[in-house]
Amino acid sequence: MPDRPPLAAIAVTGLRKSFGEHTVLAGIDLEVPAGTVFSLLGPNGAGKTTAVNILTTLIRADAGEVWVGGHSVTREPDAVRAAIGVTGQFSAVDPLLTGEENLALMGDLHHLPRRETRRRTTELLQRFDLADAAGRQAAGYSGGMTRRLDLAMSLIGEPRILFLDEPTTGLDPRSRRTMWQVIHDLAASAVTVFLTTQYLDEADRLADRIALLDHGTVVAEGTPDELKRLVPGGHISLQFADTTVLDAAANALGDIPRDHDSLTLQIPSDGSVASLKALLDRFDDRSIAVQKLSIHTPDLDDVFFALTGYTNAGASAGEEKVTTP
Amino acid sequence: MSTLTYALTDSSTMLRRVLRHTTRDPSTLIMAIVLPGVVLLLLDFGFGGAIHTSGGRYIDYLVPGIVLMGACYSASATAVAVATDSTQGIIDRFRTMAIARSAVLTGHVLGSTLRAMLGTALVVFLALAIGFRPTADPLHWLAVTGLVALTLFAIAWIATAMGLASGSASGAASLAAILQILPFLSAAFVPTETMPGWLQTFTANQPMTHIVSALRGLLTDTPVGNHGWLAVTWCAGAAIAGYLWARKAYNRRAER
Repeated sequence: MPDRPPLAAIAVTGLRKSFGEHTVLAGIDLEVPAGTVFSLLGPNGAGKTTAVNILTTLIRADAGEVWVGGHSVTREPDAVRAAIGVTGQFSAVDPLLTGEENLALMGDLHHLPRRETRRRTTELLQRFDLADAAGRQAAGYSGGMTRRLDLAMSLIGEPRILFLDEPTTGLDPRSRRTMWQVIHDLAASAVTVFLTTQYLDEADRLADRIALLDHGTVVAEGTPDELKRLVPGGHISLQFADTTVLDAAANALGDIPRDHDSLTLQIPSDGSVASLKALLDRFDDRSIAVQKLSIHTPDLDDVFFALTGYTNAGASAGEEKVTTP
Repeated sequence: MSTLTYALTDSSTMLRRVLRHTTRDPSTLIMAIVLPGVVLLLLDFGFGGAIHTSGGRYIDYLVPGIVLMGACYSASATAVAVATDSTQGIIDRFRTMAIARSAVLTGHVLGSTLRAMLGTALVVFLALAIGFRPTADPLHWLAVTGLVALTLFAIAWIATAMGLASGSASGAASLAAILQILPFLSAAFVPTETMPGWLQTFTANQPMTHIVSALRGLLTDTPVGNHGWLAVTWCAGAAIAGYLWARKAYNRRAER
């Protein structure tokens, strides 16, 4: 147990938390170097939000040491609070206030001089594309706008460490992209970002390092590429006009499992152009017509299956039917 | 700035937030005026003739009771507002910021007190317009204002605690209904001597009776007796109890 603050922006050792009989975090260790983006990846109920709540001083851990910004969350919670910004899973805006008033409220609570509050408010409204809606009550904002205002409110105190709990869950693709851009820009400005998500592509796109959380334990940790190497490659799905063509195609590739009901073949592939071309060339040579082609890349379910041996809520039930010989 | 200065600054920031809520959603303020106003008119013009109080006109007897009823109704509005507010994510955001923990609660309590003071003033103006004739001198008026403010402050703490403890708007409204019944089981509208003996034990000794009797005495220039200090003691006690309850409920919500 370290007595003095570690150098990392966030350092967690042996963190445990139970709610009654239910163990949510069964001893996790994390280390996030300053200025990097770290993603805690996991399905619903893995313990992501509980971890964020402990790291942001909202709830107390049962055991373990948690240092954020060089301060212990249990012994110096106010020093931690002064260093962080938090955007939770549920919008933390005041619906009765306008966008501008929400930001001004945050400025006042950070004890900024009035003029500084005004300057940052104007700048953030511009940056988050909220200038037109600044005078409207937040209750009337769309989901994407609320989330952007929420994030802007977390930034007015210019935190060194930013916590984002599932920042894009429930957002439409466009708002999701805007959010990614903002997080990307923040990372570029040396803010440490701690991000939780259920989406592998989001973690892949934004994070320097990813920890995979399952049933309260970290089952894997590493860079996105390191994690993907743990997962068996993706596959290519091919559909044919009838069983004759399907059989011909399957024979051409050696005896691989075929699905006569859906008239599809599933061929393991790394998804590269070269392997795809080689595959199609073989059909071309034998004049086999492919009706439909789809490339399946590894997703959270695959990572989960590879690391834990079970899939998440049967999201890929259709796929599994194909793989069953 | 010192911790205390921060606590004061944060509280006034939170107070501004609550007052702004009132201007955005004035229904709570309107209800705090309309309802006591309607009951005042009903009891004075409608049923007043059937109620006999010892000496004096019924309206002079009635107005302190209406003020107290308005105060208790404002509790419901406060409890609902606090419950609604505490289910919003913004409260969790406040908890992750380096601000005085009590500021959120203080903001609600002071905002509620000010809102109810305004409502009470308007109801008293209405009463004066329809024939309420208090005989209090300026010093007594000051005492009345002080006691009303203390009562509203105490009720605001209890209501804030109820709002936090219930966690939902409907739950808060049900809890606050207990407060709303209290004035009817007191000397607010009719003398307790007219009630059945077994009920009198409660009605003659509960805080609402002391508050309303003290107000009545101050306004009509009649002896206040023990009611004055009993009312102040009850209010102070209720404010402290409400504060402790509210603080506990606020901290417990963090440990869900």
